[in-house]
Amino acid sequence: MEWINAILQGTLLGGLYALFAAGLSLIFGVMRLVNIAHGDLIVLAAYLGLTTTVMLGLHPLVALIVVVPAMAGIGYVLQRAVLNQTLGDDILPPLLVTFGLSVIIQNALLEGYSADPQKLDAGALETASIALGPLAVGVLPLLTFAIAVAVVAGLQWTFYRTALGRAFRAVSDNQDIAQLMGLNKRHVFGQAMALALAVTAVAGLLLGIRTSFDPSIGGGRLIFGFEAVIIGGLGNLWGTLAGGIILGVAQTLGAAINPGWQLLAGHLAFLIVLAVRPNGLFPRISG
Amino acid sequence: MSKILKLEGLSRAFGAVKVADQLNYELSQGEALGVIGPNGAGKTSMFNLITGTLAADSGKVHFDGRDVTAQSAAARSRMGIARSFQVPQPFTHMTVFENAMIAATQAAGLSGRAAETLCLDVLEQTGLMDKANTPAGSLTLLNRKRLEMTRALCAKPKLLLLDEIAGGLTEAECHSLVQTIKDVHATGVSIIWIEHVVHALLAVVSRLVVIDFGRKIAEGDPREVMDSREVKEIYLGIDADA
Repeated sequence: MEWINAILQGTLLGGLYALFAAGLSLIFGVMRLVNIAHGDLIVLAAYLGLTTTVMLGLHPLVALIVVVPAMAGIGYVLQRAVLNQTLGDDILPPLLVTFGLSVIIQNALLEGYSADPQKLDAGALETASIALGPLAVGVLPLLTFAIAVAVVAGLQWTFYRTALGRAFRAVSDNQDIAQLMGLNKRHVFGQAMALALAVTAVAGLLLGIRTSFDPSIGGGRLIFGFEAVIIGGLGNLWGTLAGGIILGVAQTLGAAINPGWQLLAGHLAFLIVLAVRPNGLFPRISG
Repeated sequence: MSKILKLEGLSRAFGAVKVADQLNYELSQGEALGVIGPNGAGKTSMFNLITGTLAADSGKVHFDGRDVTAQSAAARSRMGIARSFQVPQPFTHMTVFENAMIAATQAAGLSGRAAETLCLDVLEQTGLMDKANTPAGSLTLLNRKRLEMTRALCAKPKLLLLDEIAGGLTEAECHSLVQTIKDVHATGVSIIWIEHVVHALLAVVSRLVVIDFGRKIAEGDPREVMDSREVKEIYLGIDADA
């Protein structure tokens, strides 16, 4: 029963990792940009959530109505003002610039909020649980997982059923031709980053409710996000969800064997997938 | 008659190679112009300069009464310039219908039902209707060429630039293509058509421009131009001074 519980908890944790990863996956898919600052943007969203809840006295989940548009706005401006300038044939400039951005965000958060760990207070939601036979399932992890599925389904729908998604895919497919069809790629990239950071806002708030956070934890979230994307296969959002679940299950199983093995087990699972299926389990983009 | 396009001293060089050298010509509203010239003469570069994918070193492009030299390719496409590529360049991961919809929604600025209706009409016209839900990457060459035409027409262009769209087609295919282009021309769309398949070209255009080394070397009535010394010199290697 202990194992079934670990797998269940890991699956639900995977939902959070999929939320970390979804924005990363979307950005890579549309503009081939690897955003090193992604983890720090998740943490930034958590802090924005903290400020919103403290100042307005809102429940962290209600704070989403403030933080999601705020992060989307930051994403659009960031893309138009900074990141678009780094995109080109060379993949190095965006890596360096987003790495620098990561350092800047961390230090700005340190300056503004100090290094003390913070947490979002979601009240009774944090400890509520549902009895599932002999197992107790937390409402928050369940909610997180449900949100992750909804977000992935929503992104998938956007990509394949809307004009915006068609624009994303056209630019991803062939930037030059897309321009000749009237698409302003700088604007489309801005929209993609806005959408990615809107998802990141959701991830950041759920992270802040689940665990305590401080300005330095972005790097770890980036790694989890990366691992989920790579395990699932580049360019496939449902694959990313599966990747998050595999990572989460590996971690909780590792922790069930020995509490010190949680992170190691996750990284090992990633390493095994990378060795056996370098393109991930469900790749859509080859090469 | 008002001018849809005017090139003024348009020039562009790559190092020592001049792909456009003081190009000047005008296109009237609703006119169909043919462009011929040997390989590497700068015909496709001229299209790149008109659509804005290639920046001019000097000179101006006027479209529909406006100087568009500084406008982006995306902006020019929304104003009504559309082109087809000699080597078809579809969005390979998208279906034929989605390819068409990009042009209809972005370049032509339509939305919803109006965009869908336009795409379906054009797909019917270009004979791609039964491939509407096929990924563009899996199309044959002929169908890719049809898709080039489809996308260009879904952009609802005022000026349609066709780059060797008849190359590699059978006689029957070529005949139906010419008919399609004639139909489009009859709706008032201005056309510039680069083509080596001269008999197809002459069935549509009313004026011919000859380009070599980025320069316009002849211009005028198609048959007269084809019979001219300059064209014979280029195509048949006859030395004009001999």
